[in-house]
Amino acid sequence: MDRSPGAAGPARVDATGWGWRHAGRRRAALRGIDLRIHPGERVLLLGPSGSGKSTLLHALAGVLGGDDEGEHHGRLLIDGRPASEARGRAGLVLQDPDSQVVLARVGDDVAFGCENLGIPREEIWDRVRAAIDAVGLDLPLAHPTSRLSGGQKQRMALAGAIAMRPGLLLLDEPTANLDPAGVAEVRDAVARVLDRTGATLVVVEHRVDVWLDLVDRVVVLGADGRLLADGPPSVVLDERREALAAAGVWVPGVPLEVPDATDAAAPDARPALSTESLAIGRPRGAVLHERLGLVVPEASSTVLTGPNGAGKSTLALTLGGLLAPRAGRVIAAPALARGIGDAPLRWRSRELLTRIGTVFQEPEHQFVASTVRDEVAVAPRALGLGAADVDARVDEVLQRLRLDHLAAANPFTLSGGEARRLTVGAVLATRPGAVILDEPTFGQDRLGWVELVRLLHELVREGTTLLSVTHDAAYIASLGAHRIRLDARAAAGTGVATRGGPA
Amino acid sequence: MSAIDVAEPAPAPTLRFVDRVNPATRLAAAMVLTTPLLVTVDWVSAAIALAIQLVLFALAGVTPALLVRRTWPILIAAPLAGISMLLYGRPSGTVYWEFWLAKVTDGSIQLAIAVTLRVLAIGLPAALLFLRVDPTDLADGLAQVWRLPARFVLGALAATRLVGLFVEDWRAMALARRARGIGDHGAVRRAATMAFALLVLAIRRGSKLATAMEARGFGADTPRTWARPSTVGAPDAVLVLIAAAVAAIAIAGAVWAGTYHPVWA
Repeated sequence: MDRSPGAAGPARVDATGWGWRHAGRRRAALRGIDLRIHPGERVLLLGPSGSGKSTLLHALAGVLGGDDEGEHHGRLLIDGRPASEARGRAGLVLQDPDSQVVLARVGDDVAFGCENLGIPREEIWDRVRAAIDAVGLDLPLAHPTSRLSGGQKQRMALAGAIAMRPGLLLLDEPTANLDPAGVAEVRDAVARVLDRTGATLVVVEHRVDVWLDLVDRVVVLGADGRLLADGPPSVVLDERREALAAAGVWVPGVPLEVPDATDAAAPDARPALSTESLAIGRPRGAVLHERLGLVVPEASSTVLTGPNGAGKSTLALTLGGLLAPRAGRVIAAPALARGIGDAPLRWRSRELLTRIGTVFQEPEHQFVASTVRDEVAVAPRALGLGAADVDARVDEVLQRLRLDHLAAANPFTLSGGEARRLTVGAVLATRPGAVILDEPTFGQDRLGWVELVRLLHELVREGTTLLSVTHDAAYIASLGAHRIRLDARAAAGTGVATRGGPA
Repeated sequence: MSAIDVAEPAPAPTLRFVDRVNPATRLAAAMVLTTPLLVTVDWVSAAIALAIQLVLFALAGVTPALLVRRTWPILIAAPLAGISMLLYGRPSGTVYWEFWLAKVTDGSIQLAIAVTLRVLAIGLPAALLFLRVDPTDLADGLAQVWRLPARFVLGALAATRLVGLFVEDWRAMALARRARGIGDHGAVRRAATMAFALLVLAIRRGSKLATAMEARGFGADTPRTWARPSTVGAPDAVLVLIAAAVAAIAIAGAVWAGTYHPVWA
């Protein structure tokens, strides 16, 4: 019978002249793809953003949607059957850890796919336990999914996929939103799963070095949605090194052409922001740290690092005058406050604009307008600038951030890199003295990354004070002129270590 | 990931007998018990129902402290509803006090007592019967015992999990608006624009979640199995019978006392 999902071994993929065009788009996302993946092969799928990598992965998972979602050409077969009818043969793990948790308890969530496949109850729980064990998630089945870290959520999603015993494992940037510890967790879990199941793997990821040891083949899609290169990792990465780097792929060993951290420090800088026995915490939440005394030097770049859950975002929001200190004070230097009192929290929203700009971790939280142009214009208008002034500033920012061709687009439709540039641009339009950024490089491809880091260096050179919450080692190397490390809730006053800039 | 500070909810206390009843049955019992109380507005039926309920819940292990802790919104809402009836209920009989539109009369006093008791008699069992109900277990019951469509039940269940994320989103959006220079606007206008933005975000999150569910075979034609059994037994029948009996005694008492007064009469 054909109804024993997971009974067959590793899956085979055959694409012949396959293409897909989303409904309502003029250009096809993918065109003329000819690709054969043998059972058990481990493929890294690369390409610039917008090249259709995710589309191909979704198509293989059979979740691309019906004829009303778009039209396809050619054939895409898994084990000889159309991918859209082979549901259960492929298991998919997506990028966003929060958006793929289905149920409230870990065991139930992992069991969800098996239930949908109609697996008998007793067998489901055997599979669930085996899957949870395979991904190394050492938690009780009743553990609440809301209490998992990002890395744990991704491992749970992986367990949910492999519990279905798929012959084909599809990973869509599964580590893009994770900190380094989470990345390692997920990668190791995938390695263990592949060793146990021998499943065929297709993984999409910008960060090549994470997966290089695990894959035996690299397939590259071009910006036009066609196949660009295909072969063993060493060969493809060697031959296509420059082209891949130029397309935004993080090719190991290609130097990042950005200035060094020494360029992001002002000589004997005075403090722009400082704190006095500061205690931080979310409103109604627990106090995360007490008696913090730290300094953010002016016209320099400072990075704020530390493990997940240490309260870095909370500290950044508190320094930015958005969250109230739970005790103690945040002090803005006179040069930054310019005569309106030294407590950023007491400043009015409009007064904040020209003093401290905050770029949030999730671009979607800060979008307020329906076009890119209006999004940048919001803050200058709130300042009460005249129409001509507003236009001039908006044009300048859009050009500087290479967003001018997208001026009429809806912010919610931008790619990850574009959305990040827009959030930075929207803050720059009012020329604040200090800019605070929360994880600015999450999910960025190489191009977006280099562009952003260069822009931030320019800002520092122009005298802007910069504070970034980050996990990104390359970012720290380039912009960590001063470093503040916040450790997980430590004894009072000892949770913070500061390091001055390289003199 | 931003820090999420959600207070750990205290483990719900155990209830004798009720805990052995399927959540879907508890929903049925609550409906059987409260629907008859909705058709009459007299104080006798509500008082009888409330008195029996309090005795039964006490037997099940609900202490006064637990009652207050888990039902305080109802305990506050009930007298408030009563006071509005006291002042603005249909006047009849002696007038005791009058100010502009407000008028306290024999009739409005009676109505006030009846409404207060009724809100309690309907609200308390609804809250207490669901004291320990996990949404997942309720969904299992609705789908396996009541045979509601799995697609509908599980879709709704998955959506409830997004609510926690929306609370986070809302807070972050409020901070972002202050940072963007538009936090000084009136609260109403700000809330309206944020509500719209949250809707956009909710749709995006919802469609991502739908893709994740679909990728795990949700919505396929294969008959679904259930990892967690959800069954009914003798306790379920007993609870529904008790609920029906309480409702019957309450209505019969009102008819016997001559206060029975259906809303359509």
